[in-house]
Amino acid sequence: MSEPLLAVRDLHAWYGEGHALHGVNLDVYRGETVTLLGRNGVGKTTTLRAIMGLVRKREGSVFFNGSDLIGLPLHRVAHQGLGFVPEERGIFATLSVDENLVLPPVVAEGGMSVEEIFDLFPNLKERRNSPGTRLSGGEQQMLAIARILRTGVQMLLLDEPTEGLAPVIVQRIGELLATLKKRGMTILLVEQNFRFAARIADRFYLMEHGKVLEGFPVAELAAHTETLHEVLGV
Amino acid sequence: MTMIFGIPIQALLGQLLVGLINGSFYAMLSLGLAVIFGLLRIINFAHGALYMLGAFIGYLLLVHLGIGYLPALILVPLAVGVFGMAVERAALSRLYRLDPLYGLLFTFGMALVIEGVFRFYYGVSGNPYAVPSLLAGGTNLGFMFLPNYRGWVVVASLVVCIGTWLLIEKTRLGSYLRAATENPELVQAFGVNVPLLLTLTYGLGAALAGLAGILAAPVYQVSPLMGSDLIIVVFAVVVIGGMGSILGAIVTGYMLGLAEGLTKVFYPEASNLVVFVIMAIVLLLRPAGLFGRDA
Repeated sequence: MSEPLLAVRDLHAWYGEGHALHGVNLDVYRGETVTLLGRNGVGKTTTLRAIMGLVRKREGSVFFNGSDLIGLPLHRVAHQGLGFVPEERGIFATLSVDENLVLPPVVAEGGMSVEEIFDLFPNLKERRNSPGTRLSGGEQQMLAIARILRTGVQMLLLDEPTEGLAPVIVQRIGELLATLKKRGMTILLVEQNFRFAARIADRFYLMEHGKVLEGFPVAELAAHTETLHEVLGV
Repeated sequence: MTMIFGIPIQALLGQLLVGLINGSFYAMLSLGLAVIFGLLRIINFAHGALYMLGAFIGYLLLVHLGIGYLPALILVPLAVGVFGMAVERAALSRLYRLDPLYGLLFTFGMALVIEGVFRFYYGVSGNPYAVPSLLAGGTNLGFMFLPNYRGWVVVASLVVCIGTWLLIEKTRLGSYLRAATENPELVQAFGVNVPLLLTLTYGLGAALAGLAGILAAPVYQVSPLMGSDLIIVVFAVVVIGGMGSILGAIVTGYMLGLAEGLTKVFYPEASNLVVFVIMAIVLLLRPAGLFGRDA
């Protein structure tokens, strides 16, 4: 395979005095969907936040398209082509759905137009003038993903997109991610819903104690059932 | 003579006008404070000093350089805004990660320094700033005599307040500002230069204070203490309106000016007190302020 789009090397991160990541290594290749698995508190969310630069105290390397993001100020990272959908979704209450949608600046060509997005999410179009947080949880998650699709980023960091959502909405998000994948989007996903992750991911990384324990492709999922049972309790 | 509640209508309207004028300044100043507090989470104690600085720059431009009122309306907000941005870059931006108390103490100290410098050179007595000839004189409205300059102050402040409100509520820059007020980290992670946004916001708040200062120069005396006299009431306005609420700051500013004016007619002894009585009542009944969202 060619160079990975995202290569994380020996990434450490701290919250205050707490050492949260202890040297994470992972690769994501162009067009892949990769899922981080692991119990609560092993550092999956912190890994995404440290890649973005939202965790200030960090060491190691985050190579994206060959250049290291570690030294960049936070607002330059998105412009390298990296989009972030936080766990809490981050929909703004004082902004309308429309304003939420166009808030993230376009960083590269090739993003969806607002019309395309509304075709994909007709609910959002109907409610484009209501405050963002008046939407249902599922609609807010759709909006959180949709607004990043407008920006033309090459890669999405998605933190638990199905958390707290009804099964029918989870299925729609699964379809959405499949659509994005077909369009060539690279995705790094944190997901507790193992069955959901198994349907859409190409590869998995298993995390424990702030480190990546091992990585394996979806084809080897069956062979890893025992480890997963042990580490995840699923 | 027409009477209302035993008060001559001219006296009533006269005091309401004075109230409206004061309210115009309250609104412009509390608007800037609310914008700064909303985004920077800094209680800008230097706001009164920036207002005084605006009036003084206007006065000095006139006295030393012969630059009149109309160009000063542009130059003064620019100068105070640039000064504000320099202060934010050099000092305030280093305090955001610390306890909010540091920002408060810094701006308070800065206010003392600015006022002290002007007091050293110009004393505490006021310096008159003549009403520009274009706006001199008055208009007889039939029921009362309206000095043209005071009418202009009310109109100008309304335009400035509505303009600022539109900027924040209806433009893309405003949507960045509102979003960053809620969650600055995420907005920055989306690729918006939030540190620059903070600098511009403090500059905008400072420019509004400077503009209020030059508008006030012909109404009040230009004196180093003019800001500290006003700022306490303006803080009460912000608290009553709801910390960080833009609309709340504007509406409350005018309302309290009028309430003060009315009190002067009916119970003059309480006119300096009424704002704080209202503040106490609002804090008891609605701690988040009249227009504030409950945190």
